[in-house]
Amino acid sequence: MTALQIIFILVAAMTLGAGMLVVTARNLIHSALWLVTALFGVAIMFVLLEAGFLAVVQVMVYIGAIAILIIFGIMLTRKIASDSGPRFTENWGWALFIAVVLFGGLTWLLASWSGFQAEPAPLSERFDSLRQLGVALVSPDGYVLAFELASVLLLAALIGALVIAWDRK
Amino acid sequence: MIPLSWYLIFAAALFSIGLYGVLARKNAIAILMGIELMLNAINVNLVAFWRYRTPEMLGGQVFAVIVFAVAAAEVAVGLALFISLYRRRNTIAADEIDLMKW
Amino acid sequence: MTTETLIWLIPLPPVLAFFIIVLFTNRSKALSHTLAVGAAFLSWLGSMVVFFRAIGTEHLGEHPFVSSIPWLATGDDYLWIGVQIDPLSAVTLFFVAWTVLMIFVYSVGYHNFGQPKGDHDRPGLQPHGATVADAHGHKHTVPSIEPMYSRFFAFIGLFAFGMYTLVVSDNLLTLFVGWEIMGLCSYLLIGFWYGKPSARAAMIKAFITTRVGDVFMLLGIAYLYTMTGTLNYREIFYNPEVLNYLVETPSYIAGLSAAAMIGILLFLGTIGKSAQWPLHVWLPDAMEGPTPVSAMIHAATMVSAGVYMVIRVFPLLSAGFENGQLTPPMLLMAFIGAFTALFSATIAVAQNDIKRVLAYSTISQLGFMIAALGVGGYVAATFHLVTHAFFKALLFLGSGSVIHGVEHGVLHTGDHHMDPQDMRNMGGLRHKMPVTFWTFTIGGLALAGFPLFTAGFWSKDEIFADAWAHAPIVLLVLGLAALLTAFYTSRQITMTFMGKPRTKEAEHAVESKWTMTVPLVILAVFAVAFGWVGIPHEFPVVGGIIPNWFHEFVGATLLEHPETLPFSWIPLLTSLVVSLFGLWLGWQVYKGFQVGSTDPVEKTLGATVYRWLKNKYYFDELYDKVFVKPAYWLAETFTSLWMDRKVIDGVLHWFAHISGIIGNFLRNAIDKPIVNGSADLIAESTKRLGAVFRTIQTGRVQQYMILALVSIAAFSALFYYLLVAAR
Repeated sequence: MTALQIIFILVAAMTLGAGMLVVTARNLIHSALWLVTALFGVAIMFVLLEAGFLAVVQVMVYIGAIAILIIFGIMLTRKIASDSGPRFTENWGWALFIAVVLFGGLTWLLASWSGFQAEPAPLSERFDSLRQLGVALVSPDGYVLAFELASVLLLAALIGALVIAWDRK
Repeated sequence: MIPLSWYLIFAAALFSIGLYGVLARKNAIAILMGIELMLNAINVNLVAFWRYRTPEMLGGQVFAVIVFAVAAAEVAVGLALFISLYRRRNTIAADEIDLMKW
Repeated sequence: MTTETLIWLIPLPPVLAFFIIVLFTNRSKALSHTLAVGAAFLSWLGSMVVFFRAIGTEHLGEHPFVSSIPWLATGDDYLWIGVQIDPLSAVTLFFVAWTVLMIFVYSVGYHNFGQPKGDHDRPGLQPHGATVADAHGHKHTVPSIEPMYSRFFAFIGLFAFGMYTLVVSDNLLTLFVGWEIMGLCSYLLIGFWYGKPSARAAMIKAFITTRVGDVFMLLGIAYLYTMTGTLNYREIFYNPEVLNYLVETPSYIAGLSAAAMIGILLFLGTIGKSAQWPLHVWLPDAMEGPTPVSAMIHAATMVSAGVYMVIRVFPLLSAGFENGQLTPPMLLMAFIGAFTALFSATIAVAQNDIKRVLAYSTISQLGFMIAALGVGGYVAATFHLVTHAFFKALLFLGSGSVIHGVEHGVLHTGDHHMDPQDMRNMGGLRHKMPVTFWTFTIGGLALAGFPLFTAGFWSKDEIFADAWAHAPIVLLVLGLAALLTAFYTSRQITMTFMGKPRTKEAEHAVESKWTMTVPLVILAVFAVAFGWVGIPHEFPVVGGIIPNWFHEFVGATLLEHPETLPFSWIPLLTSLVVSLFGLWLGWQVYKGFQVGSTDPVEKTLGATVYRWLKNKYYFDELYDKVFVKPAYWLAETFTSLWMDRKVIDGVLHWFAHISGIIGNFLRNAIDKPIVNGSADLIAESTKRLGAVFRTIQTGRVQQYMILALVSIAAFSALFYYLLVAAR
């Protein structure tokens, strides 16, 4: 067991544990905080995968914006959140079943795939993933169209969110 | 070295947990959090495949970046919807919003 | 124009007048009577031309005017119909033409043409007078015009057509056609005033009674046709082989030969049509019709048609007469004729209605003719037929004039309950109505057989001569009948015209217009003069001055010219005695008759006998009980009630009932539960199924997601198993 593996297992356990707590926490704020933890764990995973830029983006966007946004949303709809009543729907059994089935199915399916147990190939010294990512994002031979469309999407979402949440009084 | 399978199993587990959260939680924002978990699992999956299969083509990472953007947009719009809904019906429980029924 | 064509055309004008009046000129009274009288005049003209040509032809009996056409195809042959004028039909045509024309002209005046419309006259009832105001504003009632004026002329036009057809035809079939047309017109005209219930009853009685005779006649015609294959006169009655064949063939009924059977059947038709006993009952009731109808149909023409027919078929009736024995038909005719003559003469004595007396007199005189024919007096019967037509028509028209005069008095006094036809209410009319009086008297004397100066004398005398020569008992009966005839005739004349008026109405009687009196005069001339063409050669004093043209002419009709009888005093004396004595007795007994006093005849005979005579020996009542009531019972009860309503309708109702039951069963047991039920079942189950499935749509998104994912997982597993693992 190399040190990397141990780190991986620890981080994975933390993330999965946090995830479980997200979906089972009684208090919604706790749930949101555990979400932050899970997101953090995912960022560490990105680092392990040598995608440093993505790790940073994950922390900035997800934790810094999305999780905060969620917390804001919780606070704005606070009255109901503190109401009594079960936090699970009546069909949670089925949901559990599905989740388990899905996990099992995915794992089993992937296991029969040849590249399942592949080892990572070493990267070359001169490979600058960040620089390549930047080029890929804006190069016409690359993914500039997707990049632009994503920005349009963000604009639309911005306007849409404003319109929807506008208080018409 | 960490085999690919570890990452994939991890992503699958996270995805399933997120799915459970989506299907089983009453509160709409809790559902949203579940969705975020799922999206993150997807991202992990994507990046893992990038690293282990085609490290020199940045398509995997670009895909993950786009997924970030989409997730952000989606959360924004989703929360706006929830707030609007909350204002209308004074509730945020998913199973109380059931007008599209028989 | 050839005579044959003219003969074909003679019946045509009256029937054209009938159609034109019925279709077009019904509303215009003047136009209708002009058409009708014009048509009668044209037919008269044609008849006169034909008659004079006929008497100018030599041997007309052997070569009559004939013309025929093939009409009815029967297998490979034809039934020929056509016209024939031989001496018999020539003299018949003569008197028919004259009497028809006179009666048509008379009808114009009888139905009060030119008078105003009545106050409350309705079609179907007799006119009752119109109130007019004169210059001073005095109101009095005058006779009013008949409302159904044109209809009358249409009908008598049709009738004239029927009679002419009968006279000119050359075969029994078209004779029968004319016979029946006249029967129909008789029905229509007797019931001319159909608003009167008595008229309606009389018209039906007339038609049905003559029908009885007609059925037998038709049987006779059919039998004759079956035996001989033809109905043409010349082929049967002038053909000794055919006649012999008919005499020799037995008819298998009552031991009669075919000739006798046919003869009797045909004679039965005459019994009906000429109102002989026992089918005499319709003629007196037929007096319900207007007087011109009585004159024409029931005196001059229709009843004469019966006698004409039997004269026509005389060769058949007398086939087998050689040995001096009367053949069965002739025996029957002699009996019926003589009996009827006496029978109805006795009834006539006790009648008070002026027209009834004449009706029974007609029946009686027809009996004379038939009796004459029955004993073989061919020429005598024909002679009496012609003279009787003239004087009986004259008498009827005269009685119509009398009734009009008395009705004038009724309109004057306003007493409508008085019967203007009752002779007891008359009297003294010879001063008020002179022309009517003199012509009526001439007719009456002719009827009574007043010697020398009346036609009736000559014809009756000849009948007596024939009776004496062949069957003296018939002379006895006929003599008695003649005595009674003279008696009731002078009774009638005395009560009506002589003495003083017995009622106010009679006092106010006036003479009729020229349209009525001129025909009377013309007919009176014939009633006097026609007898002189038949004076027997050996008659004392006057015989031989004028040749017996009639005997020569008409006798030539037969194959064998009938013998001229040797003169005998007995029939002459008989006729002189009965006629003069009867006339004197009638006047003597009735000259002092007062209103309200009992009839002298009743006093003589006693009330019971008189009652029997007055009620016509109760024959009507007998027939009613024996024939009429059972017929009604059969129609009403048996057929209508039992068979029709109970049986036939019962079956139908039963069918309907069963159909109802079946229908109800099908509806309630099969249609509703099974057919409707299964349709409802399908609908209902679809609804329930839908209601069940509907609950899936809860509106909760998470539930939808769960459902979707579970389904995907299940299907994936299934497909994986099927497609991948199972290989």
